[in-house]
Amino acid sequence: MNNLLRRTIFPSYNNTLKLCRSFANVGVPKEKIDTLIKNNKVVVFMKGVPDAPRCGFSNAVVQIMRMHAVPYDSHDVLSDENLRQGIKDYSNWPTIPQVFINGEFVGGCDIMLQMHQSGELIEELKKVGIKSALLTAAEQSKEEKK
Amino acid sequence: MSIALRSGISNFCRNMCSMSGVVENTIRSKLVSTLEAKHLDVINESYMHNVPKGAETHFKVVVVSDKFDGLTLIKRHRLVNDILKEELQTGVHALSIVAKTPKQWEESDKIVESSPNCKGGFGK
Repeated sequence: MNNLLRRTIFPSYNNTLKLCRSFANVGVPKEKIDTLIKNNKVVVFMKGVPDAPRCGFSNAVVQIMRMHAVPYDSHDVLSDENLRQGIKDYSNWPTIPQVFINGEFVGGCDIMLQMHQSGELIEELKKVGIKSALLTAAEQSKEEKK
Repeated sequence: MSIALRSGISNFCRNMCSMSGVVENTIRSKLVSTLEAKHLDVINESYMHNVPKGAETHFKVVVVSDKFDGLTLIKRHRLVNDILKEELQTGVHALSIVAKTPKQWEESDKIVESSPNCKGGFGK
């Protein structure tokens, strides 16, 4: 009886357990994210797309990128549950959006906002060869004053 | 006027939550004990989102601590995320962080802006 129980119930229990675990944690492989974040100098993982962000925090990052006229890749985590979990695991960061510059995790919305306000973002972009539109505008107005 | 209104709303929320916010209280006590915060605001911003009334899903924390001294912004955020790891895994969906050293806090205007408006991504 005991054996029968074990054979009939436990295997399915184990399978269910495995199934749950795979749903919870599987994410996308690290290698795939490695490729994604190296595909462009700036890569943003967000909710929705730049033309229609579906979260205020993601929208804030999009607006910052727009102000600096940064070309970037974006990935919508709402359309891919595995990516949503995978990116959190990859960068060990619990929330979306996530911004990568030169393949390195830089931060989420709060950090981007602060880097934008402090001028640090202009410097970080410069390091990877992107000239911020804000910098261009500042230079132009300086020229005009001369 | 709008600042007064805003702080009025967040005070209202804070008062409401102090009556019922289990998660809010946990966040508060964890940050106080681990970071020995000199100043701490835990603001439940869930009401701004598409979640049931009284939900504790979206928070903003303002933490002022000596322990942030010498740490980069990202390390400060990681520290706070780590302390609140359990909450983030069990229901807290958004956590906005302002992490300053006492010196930075004194030099700042001490006005914390409210988080951006919801765009409806949660609850999808």
